[in-house]
Amino acid sequence: MSGGGIFAVIGPVMVGPSSSHTAGAARLGWAARAILGTEPVEAVFYLHGSFAETGRGHGTDRALLAGVLGLSPDDPRLPEARLLAAEAGLKYAFESRDLGEVHPNTARIILRGRDGQQVAVTGASVGGGEIVITAIDDLPVEFTLHYPTLLTLHQDQPGMVASVSAAIAACSVNIAFMRVFRRERGGEASMVVEMDEPVPADAVAKIAALPGMLRVRQVKAVGTC
Amino acid sequence: MLTFASGGEVLALAQKEGLSLGRLALRWESEQAGETEDLLMARMAERLKVMRAAVERGLRGEDRSPSGLAGGQARLVWEAAANPRVGGATLTRAAARALAVAEVNACMGRIVAAPTAGSCGIVPGVLLTVAEEREKGEEDLVLALFTAGLIGYLIARRANLAGAAGGCQAECGAAASMAAAAAVELAGGSPEQALNAAAISLKGSLGLVCDPVAGLVEVPCIKRNALGAANALTAAEMSLAGVKSAIPFDEVVDAMAAVGRSLPRELKETALGGCAATPTGKAIKKSLCGKPD
Repeated sequence: MSGGGIFAVIGPVMVGPSSSHTAGAARLGWAARAILGTEPVEAVFYLHGSFAETGRGHGTDRALLAGVLGLSPDDPRLPEARLLAAEAGLKYAFESRDLGEVHPNTARIILRGRDGQQVAVTGASVGGGEIVITAIDDLPVEFTLHYPTLLTLHQDQPGMVASVSAAIAACSVNIAFMRVFRRERGGEASMVVEMDEPVPADAVAKIAALPGMLRVRQVKAVGTC
Repeated sequence: MLTFASGGEVLALAQKEGLSLGRLALRWESEQAGETEDLLMARMAERLKVMRAAVERGLRGEDRSPSGLAGGQARLVWEAAANPRVGGATLTRAAARALAVAEVNACMGRIVAAPTAGSCGIVPGVLLTVAEEREKGEEDLVLALFTAGLIGYLIARRANLAGAAGGCQAECGAAASMAAAAAVELAGGSPEQALNAAAISLKGSLGLVCDPVAGLVEVPCIKRNALGAANALTAAEMSLAGVKSAIPFDEVVDAMAAVGRSLPRELKETALGGCAATPTGKAIKKSLCGKPD
């Protein structure tokens, strides 16, 4: 696992033409799919700033779509993403939209899975193929997917951070970064835990069963390709 | 554990440990990633392989980009390298190779971002040519890629590597700086000379704007890769000759970050200024409008 070091600079291996507008876009799509955690059947992409203005010539639309289809940024099929989406039965739409005071290369991706689950992932492509996820649904977050990441939605109440970190410590997994976000006291809150290794499925289940826990997702790292 | 946040700290560490910048970067990455140096060398060798394949494909000159603007120029320069008129064989070959990779990128081919796709030709163009010239083998080349990566990492720590945030100085400028340092180490220079070459190179790119015609990574990006290769070779040669950068590397990077913040948005990958705003640039954009994907 590479934490954004040398291989993030000499890399990624990718299909051109733009690391921010093609490879980063593919990773954002990939990240949205990973956060949804199931096969998407419908995707809506809101493109902001430079993504909206110069995205088409960079294949940003095809790259985002390829990512949502689970393709990596170096997959030679990336230019044919529209065709692949049609084959996979994925419905999609692109729209330019001002997302406010955000990074110029920002997209909001709304995915719906076959099981009806839905998620809205907002993220920025910050250069060299690197991405930062900045919001999930309406909650602001900040993580890079350089690491396996645990995402929670929980009730803002005392002890949540301690219980989650204790469950992670119990499987001898080291936490690299951890942040807590909330909109208001006592409302819905979110935790982003970036770890050196993923935790086993039974630990995720234990965390999901904690009192006050609303939802838990574990997302694998975006990879070092 | 090795830790550093600046070029100055990196240099002190390299001198203390008696390591080249490439070896230091390898050890640091190994510690950070928890993977063996052998595995990381193999992973970087894979990237070198992708770079070589892109050079070969670009020099064949058969591809054209979807816009029709790019392709076939690297081959012209490669043919000229057999009998260069003003630039000498090393410079002309490095320029041809840099063009080749940048053209493959524009044609939606497979490349290694180094540090970005828009600037992907400079590092392979320079390093493959210097290695050929100095008869260096695979291991030295792979280590030189670690040197280049370390310089890029330091620039990213203090500034950034995105045209949308910092202009082309953060892409082709950073790539040339990375290639300059790596070329110095490939030619047997010291870590101090390598960092010094990176500083000299980056000073030459300060203020370079990101102004892609029609928003495509083609005009002027592809030719800027060849020019970035020339910058890197010149900076490396100067440093190896004993020329010192009056401004240290870290301060040049800080200046690059400040300049990037000062650049108006028209000159940061929005395709609204520079070459993109010229009459010809606008005419190209108009002629491409409505062209199917």
